[in-house]
Amino acid sequence: MEETNEKLVKLTIDGIETEARKGETILQVAERLHIDIPTLCHYRFVKPYGACRICSVEVTIRGKSRFVPACSYQVRDGIEVQTRSEEVIQHRKMLLELMMARHSQVEVVRKLAHEYGVDTTRFEEMPSEGCILCGLCVRVCSEVVGANALTFVKRGTDRYVSTPFEGKADTCIACGACAYVCPTNYIKVEDIRDRKYVFSELSLGPTTPIHIPFAAAIPGIPVIDSHACIHMQTGECGICSKVCEPDAINYEMQDTFEEVDVGSIILATGYKTFDPARAEQYGYGRFDNVITSLEFEHLSHASGPTGGAFVKADGSEPKSVAILHCIGSRDKNYNEYCSRVCCMYSLKIAHLIREKVPDADIYELYIDMRCPGSGYEEFYNRLLEEGVHFIRGKGVEVSQMPTLATTTPAASNSKLYVKCEDTLLGMPRELPVDMVILSVGLEPAEDAEEVARIFKINAKGDGFFMERHPKLAPVDTLSDGIFIAGCAQGPKDIPDSVAQGAAAAAAAVSLIDAGEVALEPITSVVDEDVCTGCKTCLVVCPYGAITRDEEKGVAVINDALCKACGCCVAACPSGAISQRGFDDTQIEAELAALLMS
Amino acid sequence: MADTTTTEKSAEHTAEKVVPFEPKIIGFLCWWCTYAASDMAGTSRLKYPPNVSIIRVMCSSRVDPSFIMRAFAEGADGVLIGGCHLGECHYVSGNYKTAARIALLKKTFSQLGVEDDRLRLEWISAGEIRKFAEVITDMTEKVRKLGPLNWRENFEPK
Amino acid sequence: MEQPKEKLKLGVYWAASCGGCDISMLEIGEKILTVDSLADIVLWPCIADFKYKDVRAYPDKYIDVMFFNGAIRNSEAEEIAHLLRAKSKILIAYGSCSYEGGIPALANFYSKQEIFDRAYHESQSTVNADRIEPKTKHTENGYELYLPEFWETVRMLSDIVDVDYFIPGCPPAEKTTWSAIEALVSGNLPPTGSIIGAGNKSVCDECPRERKETKIKRFKRPHEYVAPDPDQCLLEQGIICLGPATRSGCEARCIDSGMPCRGCYGPCADVYDQGAKMISAIGSVLESEDGEEIQRVIDEIMDPAGLFYRFSMSHSYLLRRRLVGAKEEMK
Repeated sequence: MEETNEKLVKLTIDGIETEARKGETILQVAERLHIDIPTLCHYRFVKPYGACRICSVEVTIRGKSRFVPACSYQVRDGIEVQTRSEEVIQHRKMLLELMMARHSQVEVVRKLAHEYGVDTTRFEEMPSEGCILCGLCVRVCSEVVGANALTFVKRGTDRYVSTPFEGKADTCIACGACAYVCPTNYIKVEDIRDRKYVFSELSLGPTTPIHIPFAAAIPGIPVIDSHACIHMQTGECGICSKVCEPDAINYEMQDTFEEVDVGSIILATGYKTFDPARAEQYGYGRFDNVITSLEFEHLSHASGPTGGAFVKADGSEPKSVAILHCIGSRDKNYNEYCSRVCCMYSLKIAHLIREKVPDADIYELYIDMRCPGSGYEEFYNRLLEEGVHFIRGKGVEVSQMPTLATTTPAASNSKLYVKCEDTLLGMPRELPVDMVILSVGLEPAEDAEEVARIFKINAKGDGFFMERHPKLAPVDTLSDGIFIAGCAQGPKDIPDSVAQGAAAAAAAVSLIDAGEVALEPITSVVDEDVCTGCKTCLVVCPYGAITRDEEKGVAVINDALCKACGCCVAACPSGAISQRGFDDTQIEAELAALLMS
Repeated sequence: MADTTTTEKSAEHTAEKVVPFEPKIIGFLCWWCTYAASDMAGTSRLKYPPNVSIIRVMCSSRVDPSFIMRAFAEGADGVLIGGCHLGECHYVSGNYKTAARIALLKKTFSQLGVEDDRLRLEWISAGEIRKFAEVITDMTEKVRKLGPLNWRENFEPK
Repeated sequence: MEQPKEKLKLGVYWAASCGGCDISMLEIGEKILTVDSLADIVLWPCIADFKYKDVRAYPDKYIDVMFFNGAIRNSEAEEIAHLLRAKSKILIAYGSCSYEGGIPALANFYSKQEIFDRAYHESQSTVNADRIEPKTKHTENGYELYLPEFWETVRMLSDIVDVDYFIPGCPPAEKTTWSAIEALVSGNLPPTGSIIGAGNKSVCDECPRERKETKIKRFKRPHEYVAPDPDQCLLEQGIICLGPATRSGCEARCIDSGMPCRGCYGPCADVYDQGAKMISAIGSVLESEDGEEIQRVIDEIMDPAGLFYRFSMSHSYLLRRRLVGAKEEMK
């Protein structure tokens, strides 16, 4: 609270003497003294409006008393306020009885009326649809959001809230502030499909513009999503900075770019998961109960949207779950390679489901079980003992209706049918299940191509970064000083990523430790007797390694800067430059030898 | 090199032995991309015709047009230049120079009566081993169709 | 200049040439009198009537210095080249044509038949209803008449016989000619096979213009550069100048007059194929990082073969345009 030198006014509220700043309302002072005054149309971040009058209190000035709305009445020196006098109570009762005539079905009104002993009304009942015309939505939209997408229409008993011209408001940014402030929940944000997803990776539920990026984030500090924040979009709102007492909110903070001089770089830029919407046959995006393995991870996490409960989209517990392996992996239509981690995490998913829903039927549909690694095979055996059904055959389709004549349709029509060929039984099967989990494969990160270009390294045919040699130099790249580790180089699990990361770090350190870099002796050299200093080579050298010795009038190549591409050698019109190890005569000798036969 | 079938063998007794034309192609490949692709193609045991003899250079921009002319003059039927994709040159901008030089060289060659398919410039990254094998196969077949260049015939009489 | 004990015997011969080289011998001005005092001229068809039978009558190595200009275009030139090689102590390829083919070698972009068609049938000023073409042999009134055989390909002198020294230029500049004569008279000569009279570097060495290391966005055609900047490198102004790939010695006369170098002094010391080198250099200085734009700019260069091999077609790796199907004819 900022202290100012302005004069304080003295007043009494319910017999308590107190002081207040000029311009404060009775409601603000009462709140400070923990005196409860009921409100319906008040919200601390919009201007007082005095629509519902339920906050009315009795004010006595110089012996004269009258009713005023506490939310908008500004304190004056020497006033006496009664918030719960008999007259005040009577006044509120009357207001509530009038409200009950129209809004008896609105819970907040009914509850408040009940508190005051008003359960019926003597007035003619004209039930409303639930809007009490407090105007909070209209005011929050114009004052806080600045969108002006809502307004009152008509007057008197015909009055209602709507968008301009009753249409879809162009200025609405779908922030949901109106629904948030609505005291009666008359305004709802219901259209789940069209809602703004703030957290794009997992669409299991929306989050607020201010959120902690993910559970167990380090540092665990909330961030503002600038694309969803009203203040950053419209310049209005700013409520968070008003409520944050430590004053920690800074809208001006920008991403900063810092340049760091380094001698070696380790690229561990990771991967992205396969988007199963590309494989329409699995129904991802069409059926609510088809989720990806990563979404399962989020769902089953204690800090996830359901607090760790494993439930279907309708909130009920699934009794049968199919886990489909190799979605987007080992598939000529998408990625031919094995993603290496899916078998093991699919087993883990089965295990977690078994823990959460002990009697569930769990199916693992696999091509091959690939469980090499410390303790992996043992874990597979444990799952076999836990009664998980393993079906050797890739799931090929998920549908809401059975497609095989042999399948008996389930009693419930909320089942999903997973079709597969059971290669051990040698027959097609169709499993009715409540939920399908797609074990999605690993793909190169979205920006892998650009990263490869920036660092002048190569990508393999599958898009992952290429190592210098698959066996002898597994963390090096063709660019000296650039190392790769983890899934950026190819799909691998955590132990392998850690091992490769450590190897890359060691390789980087060994460069630092040596303190000097050995260059290949294949740099270019100028024959001063022939060079005329025509500067053609200066123009072509991308490294600025060539300068002109003005005294001698010849080009000079700096050995330390020359990277030995040989471009200047070919460009030199007078043939004055040669490249050590790639001299014209050497290449021509190779040529002659190859053409000799 | 080429398979000799039994029918061909029996034909040898009656007719003059016909040696099928095998194009001789010189490939100047950059160390970082196309040469690496050729290496990978080998370790991956991809099959492609053996007609391209490779000369390794650090960058496609090291390839002096003189080498290409000399290759043709001395008996090559085709020349392949392989580099990194534009924008991905290990040496920042070398392959743009190669692109311009080869474009100019091709124009010159069209005036000299060298068919366009005999000189080929390809950007093949180290990972594109299939592309490498396809380019080699395709070029070999195209040059085979064109027949021997035999540039030395032009040199007579001396 | 020191008087040799005996007067030198000097010869000048022209094969496929324009006569410019003969005239350039006189460009040395009054120094020709010095030459006259030092040497006797024993063969110079351009200025006096010499017969081949007189030359044949000379003993071997009779001529001390033989200046041979012109390219080898037909069997007559070849025959005389062999003859003069035998009769000369020092045989010099004088001028671009004998050194590297020169302008006549531009005919290497055509076949012999195409040249005949053009010269004897197609040219607008020709009326040749009987389609008469030169033949090597003709009988008239019982007499057999012979004409030299026209070759498919223009060759340089060193392709036919061993040449001791080369003097480049179309024609060689006065300074080049004179310094070659000085070297010959004084006997202060480099190893045989060398270039004499010219420099060892490129024309840029003598060029007064300044190169600012700017890259080139597009090349101009001759009608587009009426008045180039007098101080800046022509190449940088988008004018294709062969100076960087051409041997020095001409004192950059063309460039000094605002015309780009056309490359008549041939390749620099360590280069064989001048055109290939220039193609490489031109391809290196473009300012573009866009494959399509590069192609567009290159497409604007008309006739690159003629431009980069204007003088050096016989001194190139590929020598001529391909003779598809012309093999039989050559025999």
